[in-house]
Amino acid sequence: MDTLQLLWFGLIGLLWAGYLVLEGFDFGVGALLPSLGAGTDAEDTEKRRRVMLTTIGPHWDGNEVWLLTAGGATFAAFPEWYATMFSAFYLPLLLVLVALIVRNMGFEYRGKRDDATWRKRWDIAIIGGSVAAPLLVGVALTNVVRGVPLDADSEYAGNLFTLLNPLSLLGGLTVLALSLTHGAFFLALKTSGSIREDARRMGTVLGLVTAGLAVVTLLWLNVATGSVWSWVTTVVAAVALLAAIYANTQGREGWAFIGTAVTAATAVATYFLALYPDVMPTSLAGGRSLTIENASSSPLTLKIMTGAALVFTPIVLLYTAYTYYTFRKRIGTHHIPAPVAVK
Amino acid sequence: MGSSLDVARWQFAITTVYHFLFVPVTIGMSGVVAYFHTQWVRTHRPEYYRLTKFFGKLFLINFALGLVTGIVQEFQFGMNWSDYSRFVGDIFGAPLAFEALLAFFLESTFLGVWIFGWGRIPEKLHASSMWLTHVGTVLSAYFILTANSFMQHPVGFRFNPETGRAEMSDFLAVLTNKVQLVTFPHVVLSAYMVGGAVIMGVALWLLRRDHATDDAPMYRKAVRVGAVVSLVASLGVIVSGDVQGKIMTEVQPMKMAAAEALYDTTSNAPFSVLSIGPLDGSTATRVIQVPGLLSFLGTGDFNGTVEGINDLKVSERAMAEKVGQQYGPEVAALVQADDYAPIIPVAYWTFRLMMGAGFLTILLAAAALWVTRKNGVPQARWWTAVAVLTPLLPIAANSFGWIFTEMGRQPWLVYGLMTTATGVSPSVSVGEVWVSMVVYTLLYAALAVVEVKLFLTYVRRGAEPFEDPADHTDVPEDAPLQFAY
Repeated sequence: MDTLQLLWFGLIGLLWAGYLVLEGFDFGVGALLPSLGAGTDAEDTEKRRRVMLTTIGPHWDGNEVWLLTAGGATFAAFPEWYATMFSAFYLPLLLVLVALIVRNMGFEYRGKRDDATWRKRWDIAIIGGSVAAPLLVGVALTNVVRGVPLDADSEYAGNLFTLLNPLSLLGGLTVLALSLTHGAFFLALKTSGSIREDARRMGTVLGLVTAGLAVVTLLWLNVATGSVWSWVTTVVAAVALLAAIYANTQGREGWAFIGTAVTAATAVATYFLALYPDVMPTSLAGGRSLTIENASSSPLTLKIMTGAALVFTPIVLLYTAYTYYTFRKRIGTHHIPAPVAVK
Repeated sequence: MGSSLDVARWQFAITTVYHFLFVPVTIGMSGVVAYFHTQWVRTHRPEYYRLTKFFGKLFLINFALGLVTGIVQEFQFGMNWSDYSRFVGDIFGAPLAFEALLAFFLESTFLGVWIFGWGRIPEKLHASSMWLTHVGTVLSAYFILTANSFMQHPVGFRFNPETGRAEMSDFLAVLTNKVQLVTFPHVVLSAYMVGGAVIMGVALWLLRRDHATDDAPMYRKAVRVGAVVSLVASLGVIVSGDVQGKIMTEVQPMKMAAAEALYDTTSNAPFSVLSIGPLDGSTATRVIQVPGLLSFLGTGDFNGTVEGINDLKVSERAMAEKVGQQYGPEVAALVQADDYAPIIPVAYWTFRLMMGAGFLTILLAAAALWVTRKNGVPQARWWTAVAVLTPLLPIAANSFGWIFTEMGRQPWLVYGLMTTATGVSPSVSVGEVWVSMVVYTLLYAALAVVEVKLFLTYVRRGAEPFEDPADHTDVPEDAPLQFAY
């Protein structure tokens, strides 16, 4: 294994971490729409929902590009991994795509008509998509680490039900719960008034549920395939989550959000450290595991990709940070303009 | 039930053609909206503000669908075409990763800034954010066309017998593939044709409806801007298309022969505008045949020789056998096909429909420009048909062009290197591909209905009355936002 192969394994881990840290909170906001969005009456409910959606409005699309970049980078740096993973997780990925499609359309179209039925339909799309996507992404990633049946040609030899094993389902629930907590902390940080208070209250409960799920998932995974380093990141993830919950109860909303962001990032790190040196281990005797070494691209392709990543990633991070700075102000129901005058 | 290959091919065709209905609109309209926005910032004339907001909304309604259907594209290579992804991923993956890193981030991030930026960021920065979105869409086109051009004319790679796959040997060669250098301007300029035509068509319809109101001059301006963009772009489309024809004749002679259903090698080869009959080399009757034109299109010389399908079938088979001998049995299996010709009537007709729709667009745009000169208003009823047709024609031309390009390459997936039949995912069952096919088709159809209805609703609504954003400069912190979801 040479340095660039290792570097790209790490970078893909970083992209997934970035994805779950960033889209994680907008998944959470979308999924919390029915609970945190519930107001005193229909008008208040509508305003609260619009506040929630507006906090993620400028960001969700950019956040999603982390997934596309993780996919593209896997394709370029580890073509065999991309080919095997995407064809193995065929039906779950189809559902992820449907979930992303309908929720994205929901964000864009929901406010384009002043019509309760129209809004209700898109709300279902947003909520359903925001619950299904993190759940399925969690199931898929956990399966990657746990190992799936790959034959001697590294082709997937299982079926849909192979993927629905207890550990992976637990992994899916963990990612969903973490996204909900992260989303609640994000809302506490970005809203004002009663949504902010409700988000804080709910965040603590969600955080404790997440802690329970995450501990079981990560311990299980570590016992199964862990290394010393994945134990270290597991401890960091646990400490960060508990610190986040504590910060939230103390009203330190910024720290609470950073805490769940660190939790998401270190949880992904745990996955990747447990995965190392494989990228897709086989659970089949006589099967061929995909490893960092045997799944990677040629040295030249990795070199080109490394150059591009070195030059452009800082630029991307810079303007992404700019948008978060630009739209940093808290939003309350009083900020919500009248609905568009289109029936 | 078909094989998973057939279903996967249909799925690629449906999802890609559908995706590309929205792509050229996005590329073209983002440029024109950015122009309107810049004009507003420069002149502070209300009409530009209103046009920016109005066409900006239409742009966003369209953009949403282009975005979501694009995600499917990125996943589809791995899901349905895993053997393809394995064999050429070392080369093909890089432009896709570049596209995400350089184009998607830029496009998505700054579109977010633009949508939510009203009243929240300085106006120059605001207009720039739409320009950056536009640059993102053009960069995206560059990288995805780099990937496609590799499939049309693979360069900058070598076969590695150790790994049994094609690997990058020269990235610059991949980025500057001669097919790419001419396809990129052709596609992006076609997108401007579409963007201009959408603006022109919508504005023309509103100009006719509101010709007696104060809004008439504003819509007339939009008609003329749209028509000019479309016409100027069309010149580039014609020139690049001409060069493309010559390069195609050189690197994919079969596709050029198929475009004319030319079975026998001919010098001074004619080009038929239409024909009647099966196009199987038997008795097709050509209508309005221009002598030497195919030779000219293909070689730049009216007396040039254009190879026919029958000869090319033989030479392509020989080429495939040579590749097989050179690289060994594994590759020999990848280049083996029963028939090295594409489906001729598809190639023949899509080529003509593409050009026909394109030329008709030029005619309609020129007519609209003519009728709106000196404050003219298009009076006759049939101008409504022009308003509706003008956006649809270049969109259709784009689709036909892509169907021609992709189906004309068959049976190859990567020309001369891998057939489509060998690229499909071995571990994915027919049932699974059917499920995804049905899901995409139904979902896409439903979304199309919603999109078109919403788009038309916003067209009918017309541009909103002018509200000077300068009135909002000193608003208190807790005043409502100018835009929220």
